[in-house]
Amino acid sequence: MESTSLIERILRGIAITVVILFFMFPIFWIFLMSLQTNETILRVPPSMVFEPSLQNYRALITGQLETQTGTLEIRFMGNLFNSFFLSTTSVAIGLLLGVPAAYAFARLKFRGSEDIAFTLLSFRFAPPLLVLLPLTIYFQQIGLANTYGGLIWVYQLIVLPLILWIVRGYFEDIPADVEYAYRIAGHDFWATFRKIALPLAGPGIAAAGLLAFIFAWNNFIFALVLASADKQPVTVGALAFITASGIQYGQIAAGIILSIAPTFALALYAQRYLVEGLSLGAVKG
Amino acid sequence: MSDTSFNAPPRRRFKVSRKFLPYVLSLPALLTCIGILIPFFTAVWYSLQRYRLSQPWNRGFNWGENYLNFMTDDAFWNTLQVSLTYAFFAVTAQLLLGLGIALLLQKRTMFNNFVSIMLLMPLMTAPALAALMWKLMTNPGFGILSYLASLIGLEDFRWASDPQTAMLTVVIVDVWVYTPFIMILLLAGLRSLPKQPFEAAALDGVPRLFVFWRITLPMLTPFLLTATLFRVIESIQQFDIIYAMTQGGPGNTLTVFQVEAYLNFFQSTNVGRSAALLMILWAITYVLSNIFIKNWLRLREKQRGEA
Repeated sequence: MESTSLIERILRGIAITVVILFFMFPIFWIFLMSLQTNETILRVPPSMVFEPSLQNYRALITGQLETQTGTLEIRFMGNLFNSFFLSTTSVAIGLLLGVPAAYAFARLKFRGSEDIAFTLLSFRFAPPLLVLLPLTIYFQQIGLANTYGGLIWVYQLIVLPLILWIVRGYFEDIPADVEYAYRIAGHDFWATFRKIALPLAGPGIAAAGLLAFIFAWNNFIFALVLASADKQPVTVGALAFITASGIQYGQIAAGIILSIAPTFALALYAQRYLVEGLSLGAVKG
Repeated sequence: MSDTSFNAPPRRRFKVSRKFLPYVLSLPALLTCIGILIPFFTAVWYSLQRYRLSQPWNRGFNWGENYLNFMTDDAFWNTLQVSLTYAFFAVTAQLLLGLGIALLLQKRTMFNNFVSIMLLMPLMTAPALAALMWKLMTNPGFGILSYLASLIGLEDFRWASDPQTAMLTVVIVDVWVYTPFIMILLLAGLRSLPKQPFEAAALDGVPRLFVFWRITLPMLTPFLLTATLFRVIESIQQFDIIYAMTQGGPGNTLTVFQVEAYLNFFQSTNVGRSAALLMILWAITYVLSNIFIKNWLRLREKQRGEA
């Protein structure tokens, strides 16, 4: 293992370089595009030499896109707000509903608990359209069509199973004796839950919340089917953006960069938890 | 709060609340999801009907006709074939690449950890946005990849707009987004393997290729299986990447299950056929996800036992 020959080290170096190039280049290139105008983007052959400008970002933030045919108003900031609002609210509600349930599944084995937990998890794997298409019709009838409330409810489909299963694992890892000791000292159930279980499972709850946020943010299909323009998050908004005529390609690139920046920041911040969360707690990072 | 134990007999309070407590705690989560179960049954209902939004007068039960029609429906077989092809190529490529990268980064060095964190970035990108990024890069007018293709002699390589290369293009995007998932899972798996067998093999001077095939790979199998199943379930349902890239086109080259069902519902307003398609997809994923969940639970127990 340790006696690596020179040739092998060179081959490894080449392999890692190719891997980094393949996975990093698209992000790097789109970032470069976002700093250019059509003039330099459309050059043949493409070149990395250009004078960077923040014009595209400025246009997106003010919502006034200068095109050849005139000024176009695009509410990309509105999409960004929708993404923030939908993701944070869904995760907050998901935690509120999911953490107590996770505790019940972990600590208080009750009749049917395994089956229910299993069913909840299997939602994660069902085709989303199966639920979404009938929902479009129901939402029209009960007045939830194109509302934040309706969307947040449906977002629970991705957020809840994730929170439930990750947090449950953390609750199970707390030795039950610690809780019993606190109970015997005369504290009631709620006090034990709040003062002992919650703080000890804190990192798990944070990890589940962050991961759920990323999944909610990256979701595309829910809002595509259920939301119209004013409620759409960035994932759907960006698609409408690319089909708008006469647009500057740099502005699309800038829109993409603005849309992926928040999840990148979160991922870097929470990378320790990501592995465990991504495998639903099957593998410790 | 804590003083209640003096006022009431603590044991009885404990017993009474304990009986209902789990239900009280888990009910809100359950109710939220039950609301979601209703549309599921509606979909089953729709799938048994002749139901077009454009012809409401013609609506009625035709029982299994939507399903029977699939037998002679070329579009259906095309959907099945495209979905399976997509899943097969995407997952195979991810598995090989992910395993390769995990082996490259196996040693815990600063550099390797840094690289593995960097490689997480594609996974953090929304698949729909990833497709847009690749769309910009494969634009025939200014796309860097179209230019690079022309450099190696592939003049006028049209990527996703050519029926011949559309599948390749979306599979590349899928590989770009999801290989890091497999890599991160296998890397954690590799690093959790016991050291003794490898030390013993090194002492005995066993060739490394032999060690890989006979020790590493068998011990990694549970992780490989979990990752593969998970990705197969997800990629057979892929919608975001394909819809954002080509909306199922050109023609019907990329009409995978969910894209076809979406187009059936919103463009040809054939609700019955759309629902029947989704039921078949659901049946496939249901079987796979049951195997997956069992397998994953076993892996989780094992990992927890060793931790």
